[in-house]
Amino acid sequence: MKKKWLSYPYMIWMAIFIVVPMALVLYYAFTVRDGEAVRFSLANFQKFCQPVYLKVALRSIMLAFYCTIGCFLLGYPLAMILASKEYVQKRMLLLLLILPMWMNILLRTYAWMTLLEKNGLINTFLGNFGLGPYQFLYTDIAVVLGMIYNFLPFMVLPIYSVLVKMDHSLIEAAEDLGAGRLTVFRKVTFPLSIPGVMSGVVMVFMPAVSTFIISRLLGGGQFSLIGNLIEQQFLWVGDWHFGSALSIVMMILILISTAILNHYDKDHDNEGVGGLW
Amino acid sequence: MKKSLWGLAFMGLLFCGMLTGCGDSDQPMVYVYNWGDYIDEDVIDMFEEETGIKVRYEMYDTNEDMYVKVKAGGNAYDVLIPSDYMIEKMLKEDMLLELNYDNIPNASQTDPKFLNQPYDPDNKYSIPYMWCTLGIIYDANMVTDPVDTWEVLWNEKYAKEIIMLDSPRDTIGIALKALGYSMNSINPAELEAAKVKLQEQRPLVLAYLVDQSKEKMISGEAAMAITWSGDAITMMEQNENLRYSVPKQGSNYSIDAMVIPKTAQNKENAEAFINFMCRPDIALKNTEYIRYSTPNMGAFELLPDEIKNDGAGYPEDSVIEECEVYLDPGEAIALYDQVWTELFAD
Repeated sequence: MKKKWLSYPYMIWMAIFIVVPMALVLYYAFTVRDGEAVRFSLANFQKFCQPVYLKVALRSIMLAFYCTIGCFLLGYPLAMILASKEYVQKRMLLLLLILPMWMNILLRTYAWMTLLEKNGLINTFLGNFGLGPYQFLYTDIAVVLGMIYNFLPFMVLPIYSVLVKMDHSLIEAAEDLGAGRLTVFRKVTFPLSIPGVMSGVVMVFMPAVSTFIISRLLGGGQFSLIGNLIEQQFLWVGDWHFGSALSIVMMILILISTAILNHYDKDHDNEGVGGLW
Repeated sequence: MKKSLWGLAFMGLLFCGMLTGCGDSDQPMVYVYNWGDYIDEDVIDMFEEETGIKVRYEMYDTNEDMYVKVKAGGNAYDVLIPSDYMIEKMLKEDMLLELNYDNIPNASQTDPKFLNQPYDPDNKYSIPYMWCTLGIIYDANMVTDPVDTWEVLWNEKYAKEIIMLDSPRDTIGIALKALGYSMNSINPAELEAAKVKLQEQRPLVLAYLVDQSKEKMISGEAAMAITWSGDAITMMEQNENLRYSVPKQGSNYSIDAMVIPKTAQNKENAEAFINFMCRPDIALKNTEYIRYSTPNMGAFELLPDEIKNDGAGYPEDSVIEECEVYLDPGEAIALYDQVWTELFAD
């Protein structure tokens, strides 16, 4: 307790950069301009409930959902390979998985543009066999692909950290009792790895639902996501009130996913990255 | 307890230091806030050398970014270079200072064609810096039809070969123009018709982009894109198949002009800077570097003939007469927002 003053810089930091902005966002979200005056109102949230905005929100959620599923299907086997005792090149593979994250997300996404475009690498390659050119870039598939690529490590790492700490004797016990490999996975390995899977799902879903730069670069701005709507309100329309309300909606989405995570964490030990929340 | 107070005091000092920044109060300064890549940076060195005024130069990407930052206060800029409709908006909100033309003798070099525009009727607050038109850049190898009306953007032959602008004002404006309305329309029925028109076009559009369209057109990824004449000239230099055309129904032409915000701390230095930018040899350097068209008559005379006679940069007066300068829609911006949101929701 003696060193309490050490925490002051952090407290000031929190106050200035987290508490005050949050209070401002809340203030704007629950007020509207009425001529010169500003008054309390729920009109911003009412406006969000119009079908056109709900459609955009639903779209953001669906894309994030596909991305999460894709990351899970790709990430779980990869995490199992990484965690398996037999695999020796583990460090190398982990490094390769994390290495792209040292680069800026914009650069990584731009690289995909070069791969996917009409005169890009993939189409040039297919062209050698007389196929294509196909329009890969500026489609939904490109957007989901870009998201999966960018967020895959967030899925792999929590699952890996759970699998690697798993008590191997449980698996041996199951095998001794005559369970086949599939049954062991279904009845033992997978249920025990659920906390890791849940943190992975939340860690992927959160950035995926709020991203707008990936959809703008790889989707060619053909569809709005919530992130785009918020930007549009602040920069272009100048309606800070509705923009703040949209931000609150997004925060609620993220809070819900965190709550789901906490629910699962209660039943298990704080394994993996989930312990951070 | 004592220690904690010291800690707080230290933090306070640190913050004050951060906020005031390091500035040498003796040296005359001018704070310039301009578009990215919108000046020949040698010009800044020349200005510093000739006048002894130090330039602190910052850049923005869009008028809206600039507006939000200036409105929020914080940095006291002395010179801004916004576009027409943004100048109008800032004037409405009383954000600009009147210029003292005695300090800006070179302003007389400005072509009267670009003066007394609706956004600043007597040019009390702004002096034009560059201008350009909005038009279609197309690949002559891929587009076989004449590109002289906006309707070509609705031609199904070019499905998934068309790049539109990811900018509500310009894209909705083009639809309005194609329908024969004004690009400054704030009539809900006309905007609704523009929305329907754009919805028809959406399946044909490859993407809605802004800056990326340059590289896409140069590398032949698309047949047509909407762009500004200055960028079109840069693109045509890098791909000889590209052509630029302003449809005959008319289009937008836009003027970026130099203004001094009310928050300016160094008004006279700002006027010295504006005056320097209006000097024909300096205006020439800038227009040759950034490729946008200069409204400066002295600089225009100094340009080589092939640029002077180039229809892309300096179209005939009849083309410009059909074009409109954007006006600030005021509250009606909500209508544009609604069209744009509904267009991209499905």
